[in-house]
Amino acid sequence: MTNTENILAPGTIGRRRAAPLPEQPPQLWKSVTPKKAYDVIIVGGGGHGLATAYYLAKNHGLNNIAVIEKGWLAGGNTARNTTIIRSNYLWDESAAIYEHSLKLWETLEEDLGYEMFFSQRGVLTLAHSVSDVRSKRRNFFANALNGIDSEWLTPEEVKKLVPIINISPDVRYPVHGATYQPRGGIAKHDWVAWGYAKAASDLGVDIIQGTEVTGFDIRNNKVHGVQTSRGSIAADKVGLVAAGHSSILANLAGFSIPIQSRPLQALVSPLLEQVLNTVVMSGAVHVYVSQAHKGELVMGAGTDAFNSYAQRGGFHVIEHQLAAALELFPIFSRAQVLRTWGGIVDIAPDASPIIGLTPVENLFINTGWGTGGFKATPGSGWVMAYTMANGTPHALNQPFALERFLTGHLIDEHGAAGVAH
Amino acid sequence: MLHIPCPHCGLRNETEFHYGAEAGVAYPDPNALTDIEWAKFLHIRANPKGWLAERWVHFAGCGRWFNLWRNTITHEIGPAYLPFTQQPKAPDNIGKEDSKA
Ligand SMILES: Cc1cc2nc3c(=O)[nH]c(=O)nc-3n(C[C@H](O)[C@H](O)[C@H](O)COP(=O)(O)OP(=O)(O)OC[C@H]3O[C@@H](n4cnc5c(N)ncnc54)[C@H](O)[C@@H]3O)c2cc1C
Ligand SMILES: [Zn+2]
Repeated sequence: MTNTENILAPGTIGRRRAAPLPEQPPQLWKSVTPKKAYDVIIVGGGGHGLATAYYLAKNHGLNNIAVIEKGWLAGGNTARNTTIIRSNYLWDESAAIYEHSLKLWETLEEDLGYEMFFSQRGVLTLAHSVSDVRSKRRNFFANALNGIDSEWLTPEEVKKLVPIINISPDVRYPVHGATYQPRGGIAKHDWVAWGYAKAASDLGVDIIQGTEVTGFDIRNNKVHGVQTSRGSIAADKVGLVAAGHSSILANLAGFSIPIQSRPLQALVSPLLEQVLNTVVMSGAVHVYVSQAHKGELVMGAGTDAFNSYAQRGGFHVIEHQLAAALELFPIFSRAQVLRTWGGIVDIAPDASPIIGLTPVENLFINTGWGTGGFKATPGSGWVMAYTMANGTPHALNQPFALERFLTGHLIDEHGAAGVAH
Repeated sequence: MLHIPCPHCGLRNETEFHYGAEAGVAYPDPNALTDIEWAKFLHIRANPKGWLAERWVHFAGCGRWFNLWRNTITHEIGPAYLPFTQQPKAPDNIGKEDSKA
């Protein structure tokens, strides 16, 4: 029922040594000083911004593009995330865009000519109550109708796949079943950003770090460029791909967006022997865990309750997630927490992204990926590039326009996404 | 963990409270609004980098809603005040230029 051929068989706790990391070239992208003018400027050098620039060059033949990043590449949410990749979302609109993204992941390393440890080890999503089972099974049937690989597993089948999991019925949140997406998995986040940066740079994209966009040149409701901490730069088109800072940039351009910025935390253990061969998620108890390439357990916690730009969250949120993790995986009680950190996620009222045009002509926006946009990096960049090149959305991101908050056609993914990844 | 000054109960742990986002958003007459104004009322809340006047409810204490100034960069806590009373000024501190009074 499950695809475990390519990975360690369940139950193997071998003396597995981490494979050596591939050699990095001395320089991945050219360092440049900003030009006076570009055809397209992308604000934000996370995965989504870099992917947008790459597909603008590759799919649409543009070559006068700059990505402007206030800090360093991937220093926002991209290299702070727990890297869970899947496409088993509930609604047709979401399933379509996330599945498009997953298909791109499946050939991304060859496409970019860059290793990123994309590993389709499967994603398990646990159900802990009768209503949880009902909603997960609804999700499972919806996925089947959309042609997305999905399986329903009994607690015993869950245990077979993940031998270290506790499925006893007398715990606070017993495992009643799970959905499983075999094609889901993880990737190495910073390498994803570097892979896109390298491939974009090879196609002539200027990658400009340490430069903050502080304002816009807008005349007659049309954008003509940006102001930055290193002076003004002209552009025919500008794309805002700034995740947690999207509200600030939209306000600078004179409009408001329905986004709230919240801390989201994660943590890692030291390097351990391989005990977990698949990704385990549980929205009900806020546990998201996988074991990365080198052997560290990577776990995601919940969001903090309040708005923040501090890139850190409260320790009680970490304690809450660890309590649940220990009940599910008693063996983790002897592991230590090596490091915790936080990112600032951009949350929309319906937990779905906003991708498309803005009230300002030639100014485009891509935000609202919240707690779960890493998996969408290739697909998001792909549709954003299409939208910016053509001045009109692609069919895949049409439903995710800003206008949906006016028409009321929300795409409520709180069930599938929630605080989940 | 934040320590939040409930105007009724005094300083308590953040885990005793629920968050209510931007304070002072009056409930409008839906019939008097255009679709755009109604969408704004439903979905748009302030999200500044700096001081924010926001709502909290002390669910594990007195159960009452109140407003609080808090800095979204430093997590500093400013004055708390009751709804429908005069709003105190935003604390004079960093992030001042970004704050929404
Ligand atoms: C702890 C945590 C765990 C997560 N786990 C998962 C997961 O398991 N699976 C999943 O799919 N998603 C997950 N996510 C969400 C995911 O990380 C994000 O949705 C995704 O990485 C967003 O990518 P991005 O490129 O849009 O944003 P970012 O990587 O945040 O990039 C935005 C960039 O814009 C820059 N910027 C902002 N303002 C300006 C300005 N004025 N001028 C210039 N540059 C600016 C920032 O510095 C930043 O680098 C997680 C997030 C966090 C924080
Ligand atoms: Zn109280």
